[in-house]
Amino acid sequence: MSSSFLQLSQVSIEFPTDHGPYKALDDVNLEIAEKEFVSLIGHSGCGKSTVLNIVAGMYKATTGGVLLENREVNEPGPERAVVFQNHSLLPWLTTYQNVELAVDQVFKKTKTKAERHDWIMHNLELVHMTHAKDKLPSEISGGMKQRVGIARALAMEPKVLLMDEPFGALDALTRAHLQDSLMEIHADLGNTVIMITHDVDEAVLLSDKIVMMTNGPAATVGDILEIELDRPRNRLELADNEQFNHYRAEVLRFLHDRHKREAA
Amino acid sequence: MKYFMRDELFKGDIMLFKFQLKSFLAKSSLVKSEGEGLMSTISPITLPKDLGNKIIKTFVVPFVAFLLFLGIWGATASQIVTSLGEVPGPQQVWEQSVSLYNEHKEERVKEEKFYERQEKRNAKKLEKNPDAVVKIRSYTGKETFFDQMLTSLYTVLTGFIVASLIAIPVGIVSGLSSTVHRALNPIIQIFKPVSPLAWLPIVTMIVSAVYVSNDPMFSKSFITSAITVTLCCMWPTIINTSIGVSSIDSDLINVSRVLRLSWFTKVYKIVLPSSVPMIFAGLRLSLGIGWMVLIAAEMLAQNPGLGKFVWDEFQNGSSNSLARIMVAVFAIGIIGFMLDRTMLYFQQKVSWDRNAVIR
Repeated sequence: MSSSFLQLSQVSIEFPTDHGPYKALDDVNLEIAEKEFVSLIGHSGCGKSTVLNIVAGMYKATTGGVLLENREVNEPGPERAVVFQNHSLLPWLTTYQNVELAVDQVFKKTKTKAERHDWIMHNLELVHMTHAKDKLPSEISGGMKQRVGIARALAMEPKVLLMDEPFGALDALTRAHLQDSLMEIHADLGNTVIMITHDVDEAVLLSDKIVMMTNGPAATVGDILEIELDRPRNRLELADNEQFNHYRAEVLRFLHDRHKREAA
Repeated sequence: MKYFMRDELFKGDIMLFKFQLKSFLAKSSLVKSEGEGLMSTISPITLPKDLGNKIIKTFVVPFVAFLLFLGIWGATASQIVTSLGEVPGPQQVWEQSVSLYNEHKEERVKEEKFYERQEKRNAKKLEKNPDAVVKIRSYTGKETFFDQMLTSLYTVLTGFIVASLIAIPVGIVSGLSSTVHRALNPIIQIFKPVSPLAWLPIVTMIVSAVYVSNDPMFSKSFITSAITVTLCCMWPTIINTSIGVSSIDSDLINVSRVLRLSWFTKVYKIVLPSSVPMIFAGLRLSLGIGWMVLIAAEMLAQNPGLGKFVWDEFQNGSSNSLARIMVAVFAIGIIGFMLDRTMLYFQQKVSWDRNAVIR
């Protein structure tokens, strides 16, 4: 038995459809170390989200399985917190209450009410959202909503933070801000992160490891690229960095040459 | 020819540009945005001219339309002569509403006097003999139009509340489980269109058979009417609650799965708040139907409310009867309208969806 922190071994999954079973993933193997930042990249429909959902416990793999600290993942849980693409905040709760829902659920037995309050505020501070703690999601911008979504996930003190295209719906500038925030948080807390992205620059900038997936059906891990850039990373400095551009080119070659998508 | 066309095109462009400029200026002067580019409120500053338009639209137009309606009614009503005389116009209806109000006041005075007399009589009795058993009777004068309104309101609210207490839980369960939904849906669809007049005989017989008591807390007619209201008005709430619950954003359900919320917490913290706008939309429909149904139910069940008032006036057949029934028609309409506005108020209060237009 391997001792890696998070391990996907021989994961494949089939979904029943009207035309018989559809094999979305085939033999996905992946090992992720603690505190590692891993990006999953690939064309849409290649099963990136499915991988994430299996790790989250939302789907159950047809064969193979996921081990987190050598324990099998069977169901969703707060130790594998998810940041959803469209933030998924409860629209009738303020940002504070949204984080509170998670904190109350996870720390009901281990923290007092005052400690829970401090913890909520601490997490809102991490994402720079304390000023809007009494605002409803409809009253803040898309980037802010996603920050709160991240705060809610971080507040669960997850072993693994799962992010499903967290910045996909944001404009480029907001996205850059949030990427920087995420790098800071990752540097501070050292979470293990799995992030799905479409954005090559984002993947190279943030990750320790980029997992490139082949196209579905029966998608699998095509290649893994280790990003050995020093941290902290600065997007401006890296823009002219040869190594950064090399990694970038590698990912682009994988996506647009070796695994070109037929008929997009 | 070519040049001409280009010229025309050019003109068109200028016109377009002018138009865009105009609308841009109009927007920038009328619209101010708050906050740092958020989805904040963009509120137009109302100019005096707009304000005038607004007053005309909100007050003058409906008022003129109502006057027009009264005019047409007044002109046509007197053309039709029934066995009870001419069909009353607005004038007669107004007179009758005043007289109904006076009757109400007279009745109240009578009631007061009755209690005064009773008190005096009892006081005298006690003066003579301190151990005397004093009889206190409640006044049994005839119910006035306004008493009947209150009875109707009380009855419809009872039926409505019972219906809601049944419909909301049933709707939640049927929204959460597709099996329950499949089981209940045919029953709901079959009973939904049934008229109160069809329910009433059944309800009457069952109430007579089951509700047997020497000292009944409620009169049978009240229970029959309220149950009929319940039977007719619970369907929209069931259907809306079920739709609201089943159409909850799957991401929110995923949030509850990640948090490992218990079934009860999930329903209480996520499912219910998320479907509350739909539930209230259903409740509003239900109350509307309940009020409509109540009048028919009261007519047949002889519950002393507005329905009975209409029926009694119809049986009475005096020359004022039609006008008095029309007063009841207006009262029913106005109360129904107010009930609807009340529900609308609650509906807007509980709605978390700021983009939804509720009216």
